[in-house]
Amino acid sequence: MEMVVVAPPAPGRLEDLRRRFFATPLQAVVSLACLTIMVFLVWKLLNWAVFSAVFTTSGGPEACQAAAGACWSVIAARWRIIFFGLYPYEGQWRSALACVAVVVMTVLSCIPAFWTGRRIALVWGAGTGLFYVLMKGGVLGLAHVGEEAWGGLALTLFIFVTTCLIGFPLAICLALLRRSELPWISRTTGLIIDGVRSLPLISILFTFAVVLPFALPQWLQGDKLYRVILGSALFFSAYQAEIVRGGMQGVATGQEEAAMALGMRYWQRISRILLPQAMRNAMPATINQFVISFKETSLVVIVGFFEILASGNAAYGTGEWRFAYVEVYAFIAFIYFIFVFSLSRYGAFLERRMSVSER
Amino acid sequence: MVSLLRNQKVRNALLQVLYVGSIAAMVLAGIVIARRNLADQGITSGFDFLFKSTGWDVNFSLLPATANDPYWWYFLIGIINTLFLGSVGLILATIVGTIVGLARTSSNDLARLLGRTYVDIFRNIPLILQVFFWYAIITHLPTPRSAHEAWGFLLTSRGLYIPFPNVGSAAFAAATVAVIAAIVLPAWLGRTSRLAQPIGQRRAIQLAAAAVALACAAIILALGRLPDTPLLDFPALQGLNLRGGLRIPPEFATLAIAIAIYGGSYIAEIVRGGFKSVGTGQVEAALSLGLSPWRVFTLVRLPLALRAMLPILANQYVWLMKATTMGIAVGFTDFFMIVALTINHSGQTLEAIGILMAGFLAINLSLAAVFNRINKAIALKGNQLRG
Repeated sequence: MEMVVVAPPAPGRLEDLRRRFFATPLQAVVSLACLTIMVFLVWKLLNWAVFSAVFTTSGGPEACQAAAGACWSVIAARWRIIFFGLYPYEGQWRSALACVAVVVMTVLSCIPAFWTGRRIALVWGAGTGLFYVLMKGGVLGLAHVGEEAWGGLALTLFIFVTTCLIGFPLAICLALLRRSELPWISRTTGLIIDGVRSLPLISILFTFAVVLPFALPQWLQGDKLYRVILGSALFFSAYQAEIVRGGMQGVATGQEEAAMALGMRYWQRISRILLPQAMRNAMPATINQFVISFKETSLVVIVGFFEILASGNAAYGTGEWRFAYVEVYAFIAFIYFIFVFSLSRYGAFLERRMSVSER
Repeated sequence: MVSLLRNQKVRNALLQVLYVGSIAAMVLAGIVIARRNLADQGITSGFDFLFKSTGWDVNFSLLPATANDPYWWYFLIGIINTLFLGSVGLILATIVGTIVGLARTSSNDLARLLGRTYVDIFRNIPLILQVFFWYAIITHLPTPRSAHEAWGFLLTSRGLYIPFPNVGSAAFAAATVAVIAAIVLPAWLGRTSRLAQPIGQRRAIQLAAAAVALACAAIILALGRLPDTPLLDFPALQGLNLRGGLRIPPEFATLAIAIAIYGGSYIAEIVRGGFKSVGTGQVEAALSLGLSPWRVFTLVRLPLALRAMLPILANQYVWLMKATTMGIAVGFTDFFMIVALTINHSGQTLEAIGILMAGFLAINLSLAAVFNRINKAIALKGNQLRG
């Protein structure tokens, strides 16, 4: 006997709408409330940011202040200070180019074809080197610009990139030391990692910027910028080490035992067997850690660096644009949002991709 | 000698001694150099400075504070400020996070979209930028003379003014404790081992306990009321300034708002993850037993989700506690800012940093201990296969 399957008639558009949003009285109330909130917020926002906003600098700050909406003229007038800080005016194209180099480098390292130890090191080495040469100058006919004049977006990106560059290898070392079979090595490393993790980043940055000069001999002190980067790298590596260690725990012990049975030496086992699999396991959490540490670069404003947040404060803080603080903060928030959101979406994509390949 | 080095045990011991020794040597060398450098500046190391008076003021304190108070008192004030701001931020962030997280798991597409937009926006903007933003907004509010007013609340650039009961501070503290007891006591009594009665009768005892605690709070408030004043003190303009009510300083309000909004977006994701981890089979089983959707939520989904959430939530709370150090960006005297000010004014750098580390270690460890207790209390007992 054959069964006849009759599909229920497809609901019409109105019926579909009713089922999705007005199935029960409660659903209807929730839907209407959400709709009201959304329409209200979107309308308010659009009205402020677009319809009643002033975009040109022609009227000057006075005309802008009188307008009902946003005053984007402050961005048009002060974008250079927000992006480049105190970098010399005629050299600002270098700062812009350096930012592009870092962005290209980040995008390249998101492509799976570059995910071997050597290639990723090459990309990051080249990108950071290019950034440094462009910013610092002194070679190839570029005028020398000291670190104290760096600022804005370029400084934010520089701190982020160097933090990762120093912090990532350090994290792997810490993770390996922590899982060492020698009890005193693993215990001491554990103490360092947990100690750093229990402190707030601001206090570490403060210690490295202000307190460390007392505790170091003169020849070891270096520039304040590099001390702060070192502090932020240490903080990053303490968190990342735990992520890497988690990834290592996910690798079956049989893998390492098999490598040992094949007669592989310690470094071969680590670099060929353990780390590749561990990094794969740790990938989503690692991206998340990158996202967090990108946001946390903004904390250096507290120890007196002129990164993008501080240069934003300066852009509205003086003189005639004093009233336009919302616009400046919205603009900087938007810049951060672009970077952080794309990175975290990429992380989510990676997680999906990996969960598919595991099935 | 060479054969001794070939011995695995000897080599391991040597490696460990070398590793621990070199780290200890670095730390010791740093301390020795720092002591000498500080001594050159005429600063004697030691903890005697704790009993000297500070000579500077704090702008926010729950305890009485003057510039004549010793340093140890200021450190205590700092810790209490951090804990107070942290707990207020934590509670607000949990409320925001729960609402947004529930919206994100709701069956309504519009609510989900709203929740998702919230999380995407506020999670992807650094906390300190949000702190600066809210601080700019609050300090640009109108002056007390032209304050925004609603239901007795006043919004001004000098802070938020709210109506406040006219009672002594001791009575207020006691009443607060009673209100907290009213919330905690029923939950504590609800544990199976404490009361022998079946669930139905237990509820009555829990309610009675809560009622007694609340009544205590009311009595304390009534007795502790300052003589010849109305029960509630409303803020009002008097001359050029505002009088009455409770003033929440802009710095505190800024940090509480920023932590609530930013932390809320993280907690929302944790809440969503917790509810997602509840197996659909469990919910379907509960529905097929004839439980109403509300009871499915309170008896099945919520307890299971809570269990999955709690460990991650504990980490997030520790993180939020540490986020109070943003206070230094707007000038709120939290623990870290007191330490930084101490270093500026007294020069006792090493000691202050030591106190800072010890303080945060203590805060983190006690938070972790509390959450471990809770976790253990609600974990599933015994061995069971879960799928």
